[in-house]
Amino acid sequence: MIAIVDYGVGNLFSLESSFAKIGVKVVVTSEESVIRSADKIILPGVGAFGDAAEKLKNSGLGDVVVSEAKAGKPVMGICLGMQLLFEKSYEYGEHEGLGLLKGSVVPMKGVIPEDLKIPHIGWNALDFTSKESKLFRFIKNGDFVYFVHSYFATDCADDVIAYTEYGANLCAAVERDNVFGCQFHPEKSGDVGLEILRGFCEL
Amino acid sequence: MITKRIIPCLDVRNGRVVKGVNFEGLSDVSSPVELAKYYSDCGADELVFYDITASAEGRAIFTDILCEAARSVFIPLTVGGGINTVDDFDRVLKCGADKVSVNSGAIRIPDLIYEAAKRYGDQCVVISADVKRVDGVFRVFAKGGRENTGMEAISWIKRCVDNGAGEVVLNSIDTDGVKGGFDLEMLEAVCNVVDVPVIASGGAGKISDFTDLFKALPKVDAGLAASIFHFGEVKISDLKAELKNNGIPVRI
Repeated sequence: MIAIVDYGVGNLFSLESSFAKIGVKVVVTSEESVIRSADKIILPGVGAFGDAAEKLKNSGLGDVVVSEAKAGKPVMGICLGMQLLFEKSYEYGEHEGLGLLKGSVVPMKGVIPEDLKIPHIGWNALDFTSKESKLFRFIKNGDFVYFVHSYFATDCADDVIAYTEYGANLCAAVERDNVFGCQFHPEKSGDVGLEILRGFCEL
Repeated sequence: MITKRIIPCLDVRNGRVVKGVNFEGLSDVSSPVELAKYYSDCGADELVFYDITASAEGRAIFTDILCEAARSVFIPLTVGGGINTVDDFDRVLKCGADKVSVNSGAIRIPDLIYEAAKRYGDQCVVISADVKRVDGVFRVFAKGGRENTGMEAISWIKRCVDNGAGEVVLNSIDTDGVKGGFDLEMLEAVCNVVDVPVIASGGAGKISDFTDLFKALPKVDAGLAASIFHFGEVKISDLKAELKNNGIPVRI
């Protein structure tokens, strides 16, 4: 059973539906005991980093995710959930993340050419790095996934399994042992996205 | 490289997809859920569900259909029609919508976009504008294109974006249903004043209308159409192949 951590940010209907589609049982939960007894953990998230980090901290669920990840349980962060895995973010100030991955989250503004729109919204291609990935074993280099974001992870080159090109090479996905993260939305990325979720479920 | 999006629009009334010519003379086309699945399989990048029901019963049927579509289609879904309050945003987001488009609601309630963007984020709020030339000036129309608000359209759209709309759907009433191509002049006027994605709507009749659109206006992010897809006049797979042949980045 996979636990989707519900800490009060974002709508989890599509994520739940996509696991149902691939025949995997999930539970959306804010209960520590349920998260601790799950086989795997999904950390979702939309909205602002500071607000989400505070909710994770105040609810105590951030600590639960960190301790389970450190004990070896597979954890996957999606979109803002992926950004929260890093040490810190510079979205409207400076905020501490969960620190499961080395690196920080910074604005695209000033990094990508000025004529490109922010947020980066739409379907863009995955450009795999040479790092071997368990998460992406059912998809191929160049597959398209759906992005919606204005900030991206940096200083994390050792863990990047794919970049995406948007005026600069932006970190699209990370993987380090049992910790995984997708900047894009696999639950909105058609069949490719479902295959990525299957890659996580069948670890 | 980010790809240009192709977006079929499904106008839904009483649980069925309809499409009008110049917003009148609606004719039944198909089941929204079946059509959504079909389009997703054909390579649609996103879907718009537009609720054109007026009654409360119709609205309940619509949200049931939306939930069913969101359970079977895993691409972004935008919902519009009958969005007048932040509670309406909540109602459709809970059914699996990713973005919500406002039209008449934003005209009647100036704070709606700001309030919704504050709660759900800019990326969730789409301003859908029905625009028509009146004596050489672009004017915003309300109520499905029937009522001239008298407002100048370009500055109004810019104001909506400044208030938090993260995307613009520009529907030209002048070209809608005519199938003679998108309204490039109107689109360019909007692209010049906003820095969020702009989706062209109204006028697509054939594949070359899309290639002309993206070649003439590289700032346009997506093309939206309804009847040419519903009646099979243009297949999305053929359209995308042709765009690719023309050097326009698409997801295939």
